[in-house]
Amino acid sequence: MIVFTPRNKPSKNWIFLAPTLSIILTVILGGFIFAFLGYNPGETLYHIFISPFTRIDRISDVFVKACPLIIIGTGLIFCFKANVWNIGAEGQFIIGALLAGSFGLLFPEMDTKFLLLIMIFIGFLGGALWAFIPAILKTKLNVNEILVSLMLVYIAMLLIDFVVRGPLRDPMSFGFPLTKAYPEGALINKIPIPGIGFLGQLHYGVISVFILVPIAWVIINKTLLGFQIKVLGSAPKATSFAGFKEKRITMIVLLLSGGLAGIAGVIEVSANMGQLQPEISFGYGFTAIIVVFLGRLNPIGIILAGIIIATVKLGADNAQMAIGIPKVVTGLFEGILLFFLLTGETLQKYQIAWKNYRS
Amino acid sequence: MVNLKEPEILFKAHKITKYFGEFKANDSINISIIKGKIHALLGENGAGKSTLVKIFYGIFKPDSGSIELNNQKINISSPKLARSHGIGMVFQHFSLFPALNIAENILISLDKKISFKQLILDISELSKKWDLSIDPLKKVSELSVGEQQRVEIIRCLMQNPKLLIMDEPTSVLTPQEITSLFKILKKLAKSGCSILYISHKLEEIIELADQVTILKSGKSIATINPKKTTISYLAEKMVGKEIAKLKKISKKPFTKKIALKIINLNKQKENNFGTTLNNINFEVNYGEILGIAGIAGNGQIELMETLSGETKCKYDKEILFNNKPIGFKGVQERRDLGIETIPEERNYHATVPDLKLHENTFLTCYQKYFATKNFFSSLFINPEYSLDESIRIIEDNDVRCPEKNPFASQLSGGNLQKFILGRSLASNPKVAIFAQPTWGVDVGAATLIRQKLINIANDGKAVILISQDLEEIFHLSDKISVINNGYLSDIKSIKDITAIDVGLLMGSNLNSSNENNII
Repeated sequence: MIVFTPRNKPSKNWIFLAPTLSIILTVILGGFIFAFLGYNPGETLYHIFISPFTRIDRISDVFVKACPLIIIGTGLIFCFKANVWNIGAEGQFIIGALLAGSFGLLFPEMDTKFLLLIMIFIGFLGGALWAFIPAILKTKLNVNEILVSLMLVYIAMLLIDFVVRGPLRDPMSFGFPLTKAYPEGALINKIPIPGIGFLGQLHYGVISVFILVPIAWVIINKTLLGFQIKVLGSAPKATSFAGFKEKRITMIVLLLSGGLAGIAGVIEVSANMGQLQPEISFGYGFTAIIVVFLGRLNPIGIILAGIIIATVKLGADNAQMAIGIPKVVTGLFEGILLFFLLTGETLQKYQIAWKNYRS
Repeated sequence: MVNLKEPEILFKAHKITKYFGEFKANDSINISIIKGKIHALLGENGAGKSTLVKIFYGIFKPDSGSIELNNQKINISSPKLARSHGIGMVFQHFSLFPALNIAENILISLDKKISFKQLILDISELSKKWDLSIDPLKKVSELSVGEQQRVEIIRCLMQNPKLLIMDEPTSVLTPQEITSLFKILKKLAKSGCSILYISHKLEEIIELADQVTILKSGKSIATINPKKTTISYLAEKMVGKEIAKLKKISKKPFTKKIALKIINLNKQKENNFGTTLNNINFEVNYGEILGIAGIAGNGQIELMETLSGETKCKYDKEILFNNKPIGFKGVQERRDLGIETIPEERNYHATVPDLKLHENTFLTCYQKYFATKNFFSSLFINPEYSLDESIRIIEDNDVRCPEKNPFASQLSGGNLQKFILGRSLASNPKVAIFAQPTWGVDVGAATLIRQKLINIANDGKAVILISQDLEEIFHLSDKISVINNGYLSDIKSIKDITAIDVGLLMGSNLNSSNENNII
């Protein structure tokens, strides 16, 4: 029988070992699956893990892909640390982008980037608004935030679909469900590198990661709010004993994470699409959940985790193009990874041992 | 034939050693239990008592050592095997299904097959034989704690045990229930069943046991006849040093200045497991200790949370502090006024186990940093501000830490409690409210904590002590009241109330029957 005994102090080794081991085990198990499906595991794994780093423009694309994951993940850290389970970042991402985009389209002639700043702000409000629904239901009526936030994702998806096909459709789009192109002031430009030109899709939005992540780190480690979040997450009764307001903290973390998801949505659309379309997210909000756990709820760790997951995503594209392996395998990959991560989580808190019981 | 000179040894454990990882829980312990005698096992928390009896009952396997029953070596590798050898055990925490009746509960645990009708007859017979007064068809959820314990005892008796192990059986009982338990145990022993009785209550052992083995840090220190010794001798052996006698300096007469006054406090229970507080009234003067006795789960937690401010009152005037209403004030506001509470749950309530001690210090004292900071730096108030304070608390209160600034989960119960107490008293409160301050704390730490309570009362502070431990209540309090089913009995001066009175108030159901009469 396997016996779990709680460690009285979380193991330091496992904090680093767990994610590393999870990745290694995912690769091994993934390799077996590819072999089983009839693909050469070595070649497939090369395409998934190595090929994104073989060209400098591909490397920059990894960062572009990681950018929304990291921003959403940064917001989710607050929630997950407080034991509040916002599963609906995908919907908050969409609503943020939708509201900000609708606003930007009101000023077709605007070409100063001031418009973009306002849009980012509106994106934050939009995402926060979408997260406010589960937040108010949880704090006032004790409704489970997991269900509400998840269901709101599908409402958000249908809402943007409706808006793009209906009120905001570009009359000149020949029937395609697309809005007009954003004005110049609403776009995020690519970063020109002297002597090279553009590096893949690398855009100025990536910089926001290096602003938002340090801010999140400071909030978590150097402020009372960060402390309150930690206490709420590990001992709710101690929260009330300290005189912290549990409901207020719950509200704040949900609004913060929703807002950051909204910002990610604005950046994604303004940098890569330049107009609203029915599909803008491709599951970033869900993938970010894995990123947060892979990064061990640590803002710095999330940068690394975002890059790893983005690599896998792009690598899967490459593998599909090169050897025709279906793209759904990335989903499988992410699933296996999350599974191993959660196992590692347990190992960090518990010691396991074999024990023989004779009855 | 029983030889009168050489007592017949029923159970003999030889050099039992048990490791948990690096930690030696039992260090070559020898123990011999005589047939038909009550053998007590005495020791502080963590001395290795529970580990040892769990080895005897087959739950743990010893790393080395042997066990003999009737001079024959036996191997006890499971509780089932232990039972088949005639060893029964009553645990501190009962394992009964509240929704089932007594007979059904016993039926599930029986190793042998027996018809339900026969079982009921057996239970009734045993109950009569041992004066257990148990109705086999009564639901367990309707039983008092004492009755539940008797069900556990019957469960063991069904197997005709030669040795009955009782793990801290009196910790949950009223004085009346203890008396009747002792009667049962003595009768059992007389019939030839040996009893291994685990306790850290010295008076009990002297009253009950024929022999006592004292454990300390996993070693057996001595086996003696408790009838030929004194409480202080036993205590000294157990703790290793003479317990510092509680010094209750004859105080100046009370100033009679009321610190905290509770007027007609009512609080509806929040769920089925809670207790409704009914019309609670009391007052505490500065310089005095009010003891609130009662069995756990009679509204202590609810009362505590209302006093601390974790749950708000219905009316502001239900609680007066220095004659000003504070019923609507929150936890921090009350703390700022000088009212400190120490909840009974040390982990996850008074402290966060996953956080370090300085963070746990910050947990209750963060407010004070705001006063000294300007707006900008007050944005960045964080636990590191409490590093010095935390070290001061650790040093001033003799909190023994495995490392500098450990996680709260790394401290033992007693040391964690010393830390919590020190943290509360560091802010020099005017009123201190303690719930079960020495629960599960070893004797050394408990003495220190009790002395501290007396000291702060002597300092002129008002103290409320909510405790299950009657000895503690009587030792420390100036006034005593009992909480029972959400009602608080009239407050009596310590001189006007006896332990029997308190026990009656704790155990009886007077208040609820009164309520019925009114209707």
